[in-house]
Amino acid sequence: MKVELKDISKRFGNVHANDRVSLTVEAGTIHGLLGENGAGKSTLVKVLSGFISRDSGAVLLDGKSVEIKTPADAIARKIGMLHQDPLDFPPLSVLDNFIVGKTGTGLIDRQRSLRQLQQLSTHFNFNLNHYETVANLTVGERQQLEILRLLSLGVSTLILDEPTTGISASQKTALFKAMKQLASEGKSIIFVSHKLEDVEELCDRVTVLRHGKVRGRAEIPCPDAVLIDLMFGRELAPPLKPQTRQSEPALQLEKIRVDTDRLTLRLGDLTAYKGEVIGLAGLEGSGQQQLLLMCAGLLRASTGQIRVNGVEMTHESYSKYLDRGIGYLPADRLKDGLVSGLSIQDHVALRTPSRSLFVDWKETLKQTVQAIATFNIRGKPNTLVERLSGGNQQRTQLALLPVPLNLLLMEHPTRGLDIESVLWVWQQLIARCQTGTTILFMSSDLDEIMRYSDRVIVFSGGQASHPIAVSDLTADRLGQMIGGRLSDTLEPSVIS
Amino acid sequence: MTKRIFYYQLASIALAIVFITAIILVVGASPPSVITAMWSGAFGTVGQFARVIATLAPLLLCASGLLFTFTAGLYNLGIEGQIAFGAIVSTLAIRLTQDSLPPALVIVLAILMGGVGGTLWGLLAGVLNVYGRINEIFSGLGLNFVADGLALYLIFGPWKREGVASMSGTEQFPESLWLPTFGNTDASPIALLIAIAAVAITLIILRGTYFGLRLRAVGQNLRASYVLGIPSIRQLLSAFAICGGFAGIAGALQVLAVFHRLIPNISSGLGYLALLVAMLVGLNAWFILPVAFFFSALNIGSLQLPLDLDLESSLAGVIQGTLVLFVLLARGVSESLRKPSTTPLHKGY
Repeated sequence: MKVELKDISKRFGNVHANDRVSLTVEAGTIHGLLGENGAGKSTLVKVLSGFISRDSGAVLLDGKSVEIKTPADAIARKIGMLHQDPLDFPPLSVLDNFIVGKTGTGLIDRQRSLRQLQQLSTHFNFNLNHYETVANLTVGERQQLEILRLLSLGVSTLILDEPTTGISASQKTALFKAMKQLASEGKSIIFVSHKLEDVEELCDRVTVLRHGKVRGRAEIPCPDAVLIDLMFGRELAPPLKPQTRQSEPALQLEKIRVDTDRLTLRLGDLTAYKGEVIGLAGLEGSGQQQLLLMCAGLLRASTGQIRVNGVEMTHESYSKYLDRGIGYLPADRLKDGLVSGLSIQDHVALRTPSRSLFVDWKETLKQTVQAIATFNIRGKPNTLVERLSGGNQQRTQLALLPVPLNLLLMEHPTRGLDIESVLWVWQQLIARCQTGTTILFMSSDLDEIMRYSDRVIVFSGGQASHPIAVSDLTADRLGQMIGGRLSDTLEPSVIS
Repeated sequence: MTKRIFYYQLASIALAIVFITAIILVVGASPPSVITAMWSGAFGTVGQFARVIATLAPLLLCASGLLFTFTAGLYNLGIEGQIAFGAIVSTLAIRLTQDSLPPALVIVLAILMGGVGGTLWGLLAGVLNVYGRINEIFSGLGLNFVADGLALYLIFGPWKREGVASMSGTEQFPESLWLPTFGNTDASPIALLIAIAAVAITLIILRGTYFGLRLRAVGQNLRASYVLGIPSIRQLLSAFAICGGFAGIAGALQVLAVFHRLIPNISSGLGYLALLVAMLVGLNAWFILPVAFFFSALNIGSLQLPLDLDLESSLAGVIQGTLVLFVLLARGVSESLRKPSTTPLHKGY
């Protein structure tokens, strides 16, 4: 089936996620959709698969204009999407997951479904135990199951959103083989990725998005440099940060490995110095967050050691991390950082170390008024935090950080903030660095990383590059690494 | 905004009254006569008023305890079991000490042990919840059955009355072990004092202490409060323990002041009634006194209905339930009408 998206536009608030994006996918081809964080890839394919409604533009299937309002509409039009995080039912068995979503009335014919599942598995050489509980499967196996399920629903257009993150090499080989087989059977496939290698191996042609717009199209094979230029295509922002780095090490990591259900993060040895800012770049979900959480004491490393200012912290509790002056600023402020329903003053009281039983509200009020003045928060002491704007929530979070602050870990420190707030926030942070605070932060804004970091680590699929001084970074090198070509990684070499 | 919620609440109470009136008309009675009967049932004689007060004491204790668990975001449906287990431990204390200690001391000990028993039962629900990952609603309900079963076993087994074991409970304790009452009525000043002290303690802790503030934080957002450095598990367990303790004292009072023995279903459903009170009160601890008083007046007043009007006394439950449902409905409606101010912009565009 030939799929055409014409002039699709979609806004979220004041963000133009898609700005008149057009895409044509011929039947029997694999079409890559390339772009960095926030380029608008996911929005575009979610419009096609009915998860998001477009503001304007048209969707044409085999030349006919169609309306796709829900995921069910999309399935009825033979369009299926494989999400980055599998949308399945972990407590159910493989077979039950396979059956869920099939249309039908009355009783389930399990035998027939089982035969269909077996047939499809054999066809693509997928090895699934049909009675295993989905929760016990690897991400790659869950993907295979989802693909088979979509195919059994008669899907002829398959969308894959970053399918190669978190799966093993052999699963990737099997996945790519299946994709090529499907294309040869006449299905059209849209492959969303930021990995140059995968795109070059699999796709027939690509469309590159940047900041919600189409930046170019190319036939594969195509030189890396061309694709990188399309993806990032600009001068990197010049570094703005003054020198604050001292010679003493602040954070020392040794042979760290962090396992989560989605991803295994492998880090070798890493040392961050007092007053240093390290920016963590890479596509979201490549392991940056795991590193930050682990350094904050909120996620345990499976192996390895962590030391802060020379003190062994590997097996310490989270409260010990707080006592050592380690602060963490989560990206989702109202979910992980602040408590809705409580005022600024309540938060200040919660963070005030006190031996007494009763809250001294007068004293707390004084502190709160002071914090509001110092951090320029637009709110009153009794303003509930959920009524503050994003920028003021971030200022409140900054006001609540422990003093003295030895290590600060931040996710997207300025996401959703206006320019003025961004500058103000970084001014405060750099002032902290001058007093010896070490900062690790992740951001999907490359300019922010270039401007404010001393060194940059690039993440891709749970692997991390060596820290690189910003002065040594070029757009091309950064683009290569974000695109998954990490030349040398922090991963400890395998002991033979 | 708070003002708007207030208007919604007023409207909801008005609606509830309309609904209750309709029900009374459907069952073939006249609303004014029902009000008169209930009023005289609750306040007609000194004895009846004293029974309102006697019901009020355990109700206040339980509702105060539930404010702690509600503040922590927990639905402690195990309160009934905590009352029952408090009563059991209290009875045990009396049986063990009544022959050796002076009565006043036995009474004090019995009340304390009731509190200890309730605390343990509450903590058990909490441990199952926090460490066993069992939703507190299920762990609480399960433990209610266990406590009830234990009471039945004791009443029909080891603690059975001389000669005949029966549903009427264990042997009555000597009068020296009954809590003193106002004159010849059912109301005990000591029970009332303890209950009012519990309300005062609750108000002070929830409003003025770090503990209360942390409890609010934990109840509103467990994850964020952990990130802010609040020992959330300790807070949750404390809420269970305090609520259980208050409920256990209520159980001891049921033994000492009301029944003077251990009977099956010693809580008389007061725990569930306290849940309704706590839901109606929300997090405004101040309202606990008037609401609990109104509810116990309804309970006692409704006993007059079968006598005067040939109506079921369960009408009180209908009224209480209707009020709570409508008030919760008002909160829900006002919540859902409030426009979501944040657009989900976090991931994947």
